Amino acid sequence: MLSVHIVRPSLRPMLARVTTFAIDGLASRRITVEVDLRRGLPAFTIVGRADAAVRESRERVHAALLNSEFAFPQRRITVNLAPAHLRKVGPGFDLATACGVLAASEQVPAAELGRWAVFGELSLSGELRHCRGVLAVAEGARRAGIAGLIVPRECAREAALVDGLAVAGVESLGEVAAILRGGRPPELPAGPLALERPGEALDLADVRGHPAAIRALTIAAAGGHNLLLSGPPGTGKTMLARRLAPVLPPLSRDEAVAVTRIHSVAGLHAGGGLVSQRPLRAPHHTISAPGLVGGGTLPSPGEASLAHHGVLFLDELSEFSRSALEALRQPLEDGVVAIVRGQRTIVFPTRFQLVASTNPCPCGLVGSDRCRCSQADVARHRRKLSGPLLDRMDLLVHMPRPTAAQLAARAGTSSADVRAEVRDARARQATRLAGAAVATNAELTARVLREHADADARAHAALQRAYARGELTARGHGRVLRVARTIADLAGSPRVRATHVNEALGFRQEDAIEGTLAA
Amino acid sequence: MTACDGCLRRTALIGLLAGHVDRARRDHRHIRELLALPDAALLAALAGDRRCALQRSYEQIAPRAARSRLAAARLHAICRHDAGYPPRLLQSTDAPAVLHVAGNPALLAALAAGGAPAVAVVGARRAGQDALEIARGLARGLAAAGVTVISGMALGIDSAAHAGALEVGGPTLGVLASGADVAYPPSKRGLYRALVRDQAVVSEMPPGSSPHRWCFPARNRTIAGLASLTIVVEAAERSGSLITAELAQELGRAVGAVPGPVLAPRTAGSNALLRDGALVIRHAQDALDEALGIGVATALPRRDPGRLETPLRALLARVADGGDTVSALAATPAEAQQALAGLAELELQGFVRRAAGGRYVALA
Repeated sequence: MLSVHIVRPSLRPMLARVTTFAIDGLASRRITVEVDLRRGLPAFTIVGRADAAVRESRERVHAALLNSEFAFPQRRITVNLAPAHLRKVGPGFDLATACGVLAASEQVPAAELGRWAVFGELSLSGELRHCRGVLAVAEGARRAGIAGLIVPRECAREAALVDGLAVAGVESLGEVAAILRGGRPPELPAGPLALERPGEALDLADVRGHPAAIRALTIAAAGGHNLLLSGPPGTGKTMLARRLAPVLPPLSRDEAVAVTRIHSVAGLHAGGGLVSQRPLRAPHHTISAPGLVGGGTLPSPGEASLAHHGVLFLDELSEFSRSALEALRQPLEDGVVAIVRGQRTIVFPTRFQLVASTNPCPCGLVGSDRCRCSQADVARHRRKLSGPLLDRMDLLVHMPRPTAAQLAARAGTSSADVRAEVRDARARQATRLAGAAVATNAELTARVLREHADADARAHAALQRAYARGELTARGHGRVLRVARTIADLAGSPRVRATHVNEALGFRQEDAIEGTLAA
Repeated sequence: MTACDGCLRRTALIGLLAGHVDRARRDHRHIRELLALPDAALLAALAGDRRCALQRSYEQIAPRAARSRLAAARLHAICRHDAGYPPRLLQSTDAPAVLHVAGNPALLAALAAGGAPAVAVVGARRAGQDALEIARGLARGLAAAGVTVISGMALGIDSAAHAGALEVGGPTLGVLASGADVAYPPSKRGLYRALVRDQAVVSEMPPGSSPHRWCFPARNRTIAGLASLTIVVEAAERSGSLITAELAQELGRAVGAVPGPVLAPRTAGSNALLRDGALVIRHAQDALDEALGIGVATALPRRDPGRLETPLRALLARVADGGDTVSALAATPAEAQQALAGLAELELQGFVRRAAGGRYVALA
């Protein structure tokens, strides 16, 4: 059946070089695949710190070549992945190895290979399969000054996001050979550049009976504040949290590229193109610390990075392990997480907005007659939440169980309305913060905040009164002022006024001072 | 202000026997009955097979050592033979031999000398937010009129009562089931310190004792004995506060209760007291009229909502009417915005308090 294309390779030693890339954190490193063919007993060896998946590539390359009607040279074949000090993992070297064997056995001209970098996994049939991290590879190729990149057709549009790089999306090893013989690369597959995600369909109008929570969500979206939702199970905390990302302003192109790069490296981005929706990540509470912030022998991004420029939602915050929550400190403070491996440090960006939900007490019914938790239970529950994480939560909103009448009420505020409010408030923030090196009120440090808040006398008085009455701690003072600034931006007021402070006080956390003597 | 040797020996004996009392109570010996027994009979009733050893320990009790322990714990001691012992407490046969006082002993002296009025405010450990506010308001009104507020420093209503009295600078007296130098419950350490600093805490137990089960009803008899009126703010059926009310009744003291919803289990006990003829206490004025005589003292004027702007007044009325969350007060985010700002203003002006779970409570 199979008509093998017979070539009679010359018997002198042959060497071919192919350029490919290895994923390293969120970037890529240039790798040269050298293929040496010489007389000797037929053998196929891969050297250069290759892991199991790379060594298995021998079998794939062998079969793919034969199934694509090429000859597999019956020679002694040595493949070297250089530089040798880097660990190579994954199946991304298949295509480069196959091209190297083809060039060394003179089945394709070696000259053309110098113009291209290749990246892709082979199937036994010789077809190319989707590979993770193509955007990072394309960026690496562009930086290395390589003219063109051959990738699996599925990933071509992702690679094409990088300007100034010729991208050939191919389906099989045969097509690669055709390009290397001087054929025209196929057109890029059609399709919208930006991907639509089903997130668009989540509308705030579906949320009934939580006017304060919707208001808090609006403020959080407008000022980039972290949001803590507190309420008994089943009141719609998760439902609300999932509706934050869709009301945030659309991603800028740079942000979208950053998000796409991370998701591509993590293998979550199939289908090519740009991620246009802000990501929402909602890891389960059993997640480990490395799962949350990234890790592994060859570090891969964690949920905090996958939520970069989007929303990280931690449902049932008190159920997360202490170590996982502690690990979130650096990402929350710095917007990046640094993972140290050997002598190298890999940095993943983690600029996400945190939404967390929690029960106010173990049974969730605190303050009502049906609560069966002892004071000690409630205190233990609160202690689990205390600490640096709560310091970062500007807004706390209580979500009591809605009444039957509220559930039956007609649809409330729509996401479109909130999106418009948020857009206007962000625009005012951007004008005001033009020289401040931050984009949102949530990022304002204490000193800059005082300057920017521009609170009038009555607003100051309201804050002072709350502080003097022990309703605010010093940290709480800053949080309330930050939120008041965003409320003023939503209202279009250049100065923070008493009514803005008052509303912000309604979203303050229950600080320790309150009720220490009574009950 | 001293304690005689006999009474110190008695107290030390109670300390020796503390671990045996609960066993005797299982045999249906009433705690007041036991505590009324003279030393020898008490030993006979409680010591069981360890009688010889305990008898020897009893004989070795040295009042001098007890006094130095008291001094070390910085406690004052008053025995029932001292003129400074509150006379109201002496009316019962089982009155504590010695009262140990941590804090300001003048508070107890005032109860003894002029027979200063004292009202006990007691109730459930697990109480509703509104009940806590009522207790706080009651105590505030009573203390502001110079009436000593007596309670047991337990979680819930008791602590709220002490806190209310502390808000206006007392007077208030905590009666403990542990030694007077032991903060029990431990979570109320802050309240204990505040009481010891400005007010006083008393206990009949020797210094350093941690409470046994029987110490709580015994403590309740001291509370009932010290007060001329005992008010139960909120109590379920079979609540410890009902024991205090019963003891007060046995001593012929007035008993009052704050009415609660008839369907709620947590107010079933206090409502039953009312059904049995306890006085209806709605606010501090009712309690003052009862403790001092009608019209003798006027409670602090309640905060006047009249001076509030109309929308705030309307909001306050809705909170007082049970609209205790923002969700109940607003239908849209815009209304929520108004409600949140209004509630914060009301809170700052002292008309409402934000309680656990984001609920707002109108203050009494």
